[in-house]
Order: sequence, then structure tokens, then C-alpha cells
Amino acid sequence: MTDPTSLSPPSLETHVEAHDKTFLDANELVINMGPQHPATHGVLRVILRLDGEKVMGLECVIGYLHRGVEKIAEHRTYAMFNPYVDRMDYVAAVSNGLGYCEAVEKLLNVEAPPRAQYVRVILTELNRMASHQLWLGTHALDIGAITPLFYTFRDREEILKIFEKYCGARLTTHAFRIGGLQYETYEGFEKEVRTFVNFVRPKIDEYEELLTTNRIWLERTKGVGVISAKDAIALGVTGPVLRASGVKWDIRKAQPYANYKNFDFDIPTGENGDTYDRYIVRMAEFRQSLRIIEQAVEGIPEGPVMAKVPKVIKPPVGEIYHSIEAPKGELGYFIVSDGSTQPYRIRVRPPSFVNLQALDVMCRGAMVADVIAVIGTLDIVLGEVDR
Amino acid sequence: MGALMKELLLYIQSYLGSDKTPGGAGNIFWATVYILLVFGGLSVAVIAMNWLERKILAHMQVRLGPMRVGPHGLLQPIADAIKLLLKEDIIPAEADKVVFWIAPFIVVLAAFTVFVVVPFGPTHAITDMNIGILFMLGVSSLSVLGIVTAGWASNSHYPLIGALRSSAQMVSYEVAMGLAVLSVILLTSLHGVDLGLYGTGASNPQASGTLSMIGIVQAQQEQGVWFVFKFFPLGLIGFFIFAIAMVAETNRAPFDLPEAESELTAGFHTEYSGFRWSLFFLAEYSAMIAVSSIAVTLWLGGWLRPFPALHGPIITIPHLWTPVDPAAGALDFVFALFPGLTFLFFAAICFFNTARMPKHPLFKIQTMGLAGFGAVLGLIGLLMFIPAVRDRVGDIFWFSAKVAAFMYLYIWYRGTFPRYRFDQLMKVGWKVLLPTGLGLLILTAVFAMHSELWAQFTGAGHP
Repeated sequence: MTDPTSLSPPSLETHVEAHDKTFLDANELVINMGPQHPATHGVLRVILRLDGEKVMGLECVIGYLHRGVEKIAEHRTYAMFNPYVDRMDYVAAVSNGLGYCEAVEKLLNVEAPPRAQYVRVILTELNRMASHQLWLGTHALDIGAITPLFYTFRDREEILKIFEKYCGARLTTHAFRIGGLQYETYEGFEKEVRTFVNFVRPKIDEYEELLTTNRIWLERTKGVGVISAKDAIALGVTGPVLRASGVKWDIRKAQPYANYKNFDFDIPTGENGDTYDRYIVRMAEFRQSLRIIEQAVEGIPEGPVMAKVPKVIKPPVGEIYHSIEAPKGELGYFIVSDGSTQPYRIRVRPPSFVNLQALDVMCRGAMVADVIAVIGTLDIVLGEVDR
Repeated sequence: MGALMKELLLYIQSYLGSDKTPGGAGNIFWATVYILLVFGGLSVAVIAMNWLERKILAHMQVRLGPMRVGPHGLLQPIADAIKLLLKEDIIPAEADKVVFWIAPFIVVLAAFTVFVVVPFGPTHAITDMNIGILFMLGVSSLSVLGIVTAGWASNSHYPLIGALRSSAQMVSYEVAMGLAVLSVILLTSLHGVDLGLYGTGASNPQASGTLSMIGIVQAQQEQGVWFVFKFFPLGLIGFFIFAIAMVAETNRAPFDLPEAESELTAGFHTEYSGFRWSLFFLAEYSAMIAVSSIAVTLWLGGWLRPFPALHGPIITIPHLWTPVDPAAGALDFVFALFPGLTFLFFAAICFFNTARMPKHPLFKIQTMGLAGFGAVLGLIGLLMFIPAVRDRVGDIFWFSAKVAAFMYLYIWYRGTFPRYRFDQLMKVGWKVLLPTGLGLLILTAVFAMHSELWAQFTGAGHP
């Protein structure tokens, strides 16, 4: 038999062949979901072992979108590497940029001026909402509700318009620079953000109307993909997935960065750690983001947007780990500097990659349809998993 | 030669004015004409449904849907059909070629054949079988066979799982469906006129019920009530059971697991492309129309206009050649105007949108096309005011309007509901619909045997 799966690891190969020989009396059916599959959110390949519709086990194969971002960093200056991080979690590019810029700033021991901090918070929180909107639309689409996707994309468009007006790009924004911002905000920025907040608040209720009490939605999400707080912590899961299991861990509160300590907001948590709780937690995060944005727009100070940073960035020899609360969880940058203009090594701790580990635990014993629901609820972006 | 022509003409004319369906009258010429008309109409309906589904769904989802091919995308289905016919026809190397080739035809055959007994009017059916409803249920469930063979012959995992899901789903929902249908057949036995269990026979004071599709509608006319309101709420419950089961039966959202895009790519027809794929598409939509026709015939009074209780006396010869009974009078006349008004309304929409078309010269042909479409609709509407035409198409109009309402529901479901999981689907079928259907059947049987019990129960007269 000519083999299209010659790229897969050898252990798997023998398994598939053995299975083919005893096709009719085999209890297990091995199905290859992905890398081209509508519900794997990119190029994730999941090898499912099925007993009828029941999942006996699964194995993730990643790397189809590997671009060697961390290696590229070793041949770029600190400033040149900044746009590359946008391409990791491309639906939350602003958050990636914030994490990287702050990490380098920490290394350089400079701090962005207050006005820049406020603009950063506004844009990051807007980006968190955009990311959650994309998650909600695709997650609901995976479960079969096709309408929420269009509602969320309609409203996400407004956020992207603000990004576009601010920095010219909609998706991979490269919004921040090391030491602050390149651009002052455009005229009417605050007014537009305020208008957006008022526009989107009723829309979030609209999403909830479509789903929160929908019987089929409840049946499809309640008790599906449960992960206990203990397991979640053991696997290193962060972000809304961890909080839905009842762990109140949010880096914005735990290790405040930017100027999040100035803002008043809550950390929504769930109880059961199932798909429904994760949905509720993210819906609550929408509203918390709105609260933060409102406060930030009210309190935004005048002043410069760029700190004094040398033209050629040459951080002192040393290493730094800095993490932020990206929409998907803890996004960390570990940078080793050898005193030159280029980083000696950059290691990214991507939330999607770590959260994806939980897939096996959450899916074992579930149905095929639940695998789709769980992949959706983990909110992974393959650009970030593979880097 | 002249004598032969005359003979032929006589043969053709012999059917006119008959109170039977062409099949029942044994007139092969008219039966053929009816077959062509039904299948032509069905194809147009599927094409229209394709466009309507995209447009309605699009407007539910804050978008426009097809807008480029023809005015408001009216020609999109035709463009798609051409595209599908021109596509490469792929049969996978590992597939079982013969079975792979046959499967779509089984599905299409099953979906189309059921229309032989669908009554668009008292004589507007290809034939009236005495086992009509059994025939419909039986033939429509044959499509499972096509789906299973399609999934198996593809020799691929996704289609196989899709086919297994599909067969399990269709078989289990047929049980609940059958129970709901049985309760209606019990209802037809009420009220003394014998419509013949084994034939559309002569009148008999001892009622015995009927399985004939036409007989079922006539029983509703006779009793002056659509069965959905009979023994309220028993009829309504039966109707709901059927309405849910029929969505599952046709593999549509929220029961579209066999072709669950996000899980199984396209389910049983993943490996099909081009023309073969379009056959599955055609079959799916005509199956939707078929099951909706059953629901309309059994519960919503088939071709009867609304308020059947206020109907004139039964005219077995359709009001083709007889003038409208003045006693039944005014209401009949008012409802007779509906077909024409509906078409005029659609024409008005077309003209309204013609006026709103962009004035740029690039849109000239599209604007003219839309105006022309409106003109055709308006002309049809006007034609329908001519009494001879009016009385002939009234039945067909009401039947089609009711089926169209179901089609809208199908689209609405798709825009609203998430998808059930397989075990939940089975739970709904076996643990909810089946017991409800059994209880319903027993209750209906009790009340059908002793309708005086129902009168005592409700404290009112017999409906």
C-alpha cells in the first residue's frame, strides 16, 4: 500500500497497519483529523482512536505551521524582531507585542510613559475582545450554530477599524515599540473607543441570547471536556481554561504589568471546568474588558508616548522572564541577552501550546463531536502552537 | 389515419372532467403529463429553494448572500448547476466503483418516487394509491440504503462514520414518525363516510379509515377540521412529533450529524464531486419537500384552504367545471383570490427592488432582468384571477404554500440551532419521541373508538 502518512512517527505507522489487517474484527477505528480539517482551527492534526463514536485516545501532531520564530530572533535586532511576534497568535497580535516590548523594556530597565501605558491597555483589551469574538464565533460554528459567527465578526470589524486607524494594520498590527509607542493616537481616538464600548455592550447580550440558554447548546457544552483544577494546574493550563476550573489566576492581578493595577476589575471564574463554564467565563471577560477600557479612556493622561530609548538597543548581559495575560492565557517571553544588538536566545511560552496538552485529558471517553467542542473551547491558534 | 387521430383525441379527452387522478382513471397520456409536470415543478422548487435558503439564511446572519449572478443573485443556482456539471467526476481509486456509481441514483430515485402519491389537489396527483402513506414512508426510507452504500463504497473513514450515523438516525426516527402517522390514520376512521381502507371505495356508514393520501385530506374536509387541531392537543402533539422526526429523517440542522461539517467534513458524500454530489444535493432537497408534503397532507389539510370547517359541501368533482357553490360562497371566493394576490405581491417586491437598483450603466442588464422577472410574476398573478384558472390552481396553491412554510422552517432551524451530539440525538428519538408517540397513539385510539368520551372530557361537543 502506498503510504500518504509517511511523515508520521514510526510507532503510529505500525499501529495503523496492524489495524488495517484486522479491519472487520478491530474494535478501534483510527481516524486522522486534520491537518486540513474545518474544525481544527488551522493545521492541527489529531489522530483519534475511536470505538464507534467514543474516543479511546488521541494524539496531537503539531508543527505544520512551524516557522522557527524563536530561531529567527537570534538573527534580528531587538526592534526588528518586534513584528515577528505578531505572527504567533495572529488574532491577538497586540497582546503579543505588549509582552515582547515589556520584556525588552524590563531588560533595558526603562519604562514606557504613562500615556503610552494607557493606550497600550486600551488596545490590548480591545484585542482581547476581538480574540474572544473570534473564539466565540468559531466555537459556536463548530458546535453547529452558524449564526453567531457572523454576529461576532460584524462587531470584531469595529475593533479592527480602530486598529487600522491607529497603526494602519488590522491583524498583525505591530502597534507598540520598545519604550512606548511610535505614534500618538489619532484625533478622536478616545471618542471612537467610547462609541465602540457603547455599541458593543448590547451586542454581547445579543450573543448570550443566542446561546446561553439554548437547550442544545447546554447539552453540547455542559459536562463536556471537564478538567479539574488539580489537573489543570498540573498540565500548566492558564487563562480562561484554568479560571473556568475555579482557579482565580490572572496575571493582570497576580503580577500586575503595564498599569493594570490602576484599574478596577474582577476575575470571573467558573466551578465545573466544563465547556459551558469556559464559555461563561469568556463572556464575563468581555464585560470586564469593557470596564477596563472605560476606565482607561476616562483616565488617559497627556504627555509623551515614547520613553528615552537608545537608537541602537543593546541590553546589558542577563536574562529576563516576563509574562502577560494574553486572551488565551499566560504568554511569557524568556530573553537571554549577551550584550549585543541581537538576543542570544528568545524562548516564548505560548498559552495555546501549553493548553493544547490538556486536549487528551479532556477528550478521553468522550464522543467525536466533543473533541470538536473541546478544541474550540481551548481556543488555540496554531500559529502560536507551532511558532 | 384520421380515425386513429380521432381515437387518440377521444382517449385524451376521456380523462377531462374525471373525478379521479390520471393514474386512478388509467389514462396513461395524462399520467405522463402529470409526471412531467410534477418533476419539472420539483426541479424548479429545488432550484428556488437553493436560492431562497442562501438569501434567507444570509439575511438572518446580517449579510447579503449571492448578489452578483443576476439581479440579487437570482441566477446563482443555475450558475452553480453549470459549475457542478462541468466539474471533474472523481471516483476514488480505492472505492468500490459500481456501488459508488449506483448510490446517488438510489437516493435520487427514492426521493423522487414518493411524489407519485403526493396529492396537490383532489385530482392533482399522479395516482391515488390505497396504501399511499405506506408507500411514501416505505420509499422515502429507501434513501437510507443509498446513503449507507455511498458511505461504504467510498472506502474512507469519514463517509463511513457519516453513513453509520445517518442510517442509525433515520431508522430510529422512522419509528416515532410511524407512530405519529398511525394516529392520523385512526382519525380518518371517524365520522361515517367510508373512504375505503383498501381502496377509495363507495360510501359506507361504517367508517373504516384510509391510508390513501387523498382519502386522508378528504377525511379532514369531511370532518371540517385539520387533524392538527383534532382532539386538541392530541393532534398537535402528533404533528410536533412528526415535525421533529422529519427534520431528523432528512438530515437537516439541528440533526445534520451525518454531514456535520465541523466533525466529518461532509459526511457520507465527502468523496463525491461534481454531478454525483449534486444528485445528493437534489435528493436532500426533494426529500425535504416530500416529508413536508406528508406533514401537510396528514395534519394541515393538504390542499384545503384555511378554515375548512367553513367550507362548502364536498365537491368530489373538483370545482373545475362547477361554479363555486353560492352557499359556501363569500369565504371561498375571498380565498380564491389569494393565489393571484400572492404572485402580485412578489411582483411588487421585484418592482420595488428594481427601483432601488444602482443607476450605474453596469447594472442596466440586471435591472432589466429584475423588472422582467417581476413582469412575469405579475402576469402569472393576473392570469390567476381568471375564474377558470383560479379554480384549477387554488388547490395547488394552498398545498404549495403550506409546504413552502415548512421549507422556511427548515431554513430557520438551520440559522438558529447548534447541532445535537449523536447520543443526544438518539436520546431524543428513543426516550422522548417514541414514548410520547406511543402514549399519543393509545389516547387517540381510545378517543377514536369512543368519541363520546372526548365530549365528556372536554365538556364540549365533538369537534
